[in-house]
Amino acid sequence: MTDITQRLIQCIPRLRRYAQALTGDSNRADDLVQDSLERAWSRLHLWRESGDLRAWLFTIMHNIFANNVRQYARTPPMTSLHDGKEPAAADTGLDHILHLQDVQRALQELPEAQREVLLLVGMEQLSYEEVATVLDIPIGTVMSRLARAREHLRVSLGQPRPAKRPRLLRRVK
Amino acid sequence: MNDRDARVTEQDLHAYVDDQLDQARRAEIEAYLQMTPAEAAKVRDYQRINQALQTLHQGVLAEAIPRRLRRQSKPVRRRRAGWQAAMVAGWLLCGGVIGWWLRAQWPMPLPPFRDALVQEALQAHAVYLPEVRHPVEVPAEQEKHLVAWLSKRLAASIQAPKLTAAGFELLGGRLLPAGDGPAAQFMYQNAQGQRLTLFVRKDVKGSPDTAFQFAEKNQLNAFYWIDQDLGYALIGDVERDILTQLATSVYQQLTY
Repeated sequence: MTDITQRLIQCIPRLRRYAQALTGDSNRADDLVQDSLERAWSRLHLWRESGDLRAWLFTIMHNIFANNVRQYARTPPMTSLHDGKEPAAADTGLDHILHLQDVQRALQELPEAQREVLLLVGMEQLSYEEVATVLDIPIGTVMSRLARAREHLRVSLGQPRPAKRPRLLRRVK
Repeated sequence: MNDRDARVTEQDLHAYVDDQLDQARRAEIEAYLQMTPAEAAKVRDYQRINQALQTLHQGVLAEAIPRRLRRQSKPVRRRRAGWQAAMVAGWLLCGGVIGWWLRAQWPMPLPPFRDALVQEALQAHAVYLPEVRHPVEVPAEQEKHLVAWLSKRLAASIQAPKLTAAGFELLGGRLLPAGDGPAAQFMYQNAQGQRLTLFVRKDVKGSPDTAFQFAEKNQLNAFYWIDQDLGYALIGDVERDILTQLATSVYQQLTY
């Protein structure tokens, strides 16, 4: 039982990172992690030793996030993310260095369901099967969301950044 | 085999990027990409996105875990009102059932043993911690003797857990008075001179086992728990999360 305590604590940094990328806001991310840990503790008796603890925690976090998307959703950025960097030239692919701020912004443009898949695969490096289990969706759905999310990021990051983009209204169906 | 390399799907490209293909298929995709520059460029972009995602918020991984999250990470923790009510009801029910069977010991609110355990452990820690010349009664060189002696006096199997992995060496131990019986104290020290004490006391009243509980007093952090008929308290002025790890290690060594 204390072994599990230890293992759970070890998972916290990764959960925090994932939650930050998911919510785009460090406070909301920690709220989400805190709620997830709380639920994990209250359901620890349901968890089987043989399972993958991290995947189980992601499942819990996904459920809480999905049920409270509005609560955790990030408000659109108040200030411009421009910091004087040269915008990337169009049609050159992503050969320039990706600025992490831009990556987070592009993630924020994705629908939550696609963002989750992309982060679980790209950041957390879970297998497609694991992602399907965590999110409780068929693997075909994992693949289609992944493809759409990646393509969106590719286009979004490859474009020169317009001075004003109506970020709030941007939604990909 | 041949029909599958004939058709490289979008899915294959993603699985290639995410390194989720077997070696043979991987080689086929690589061959395909050599012939299709447009697809290769796309794959390269996807790979860059993956790399960026893996660097994103990387700083968080090295950050100390915020206090509010660590607090959640204990078996004994604060819950929300609803849970609390359910837990209280649950415990009351358990208590009722146990009390029915053990009527001699009923009513039995939180046994005073825990309070006494923590108090005595903190006192002993405070008294012996600053000792330079005589921090312990029996030094670690005579660990075998120390352990046998304390086990005999406490009439229980006492072990001195090893905390070497965490950088703490056993200095030794001593026998102490505690309430109406004896107690044992082991002292540990790390290279920086930080000291820890593990206080062990027999519980004659048969208090129920508890999970880790945390107490804080005078800037000292203590983890205590009751297992079988022994009460333990690990005390030190180290960071709480380090103490958690140490307490976990002690618990595992003493229990398994």
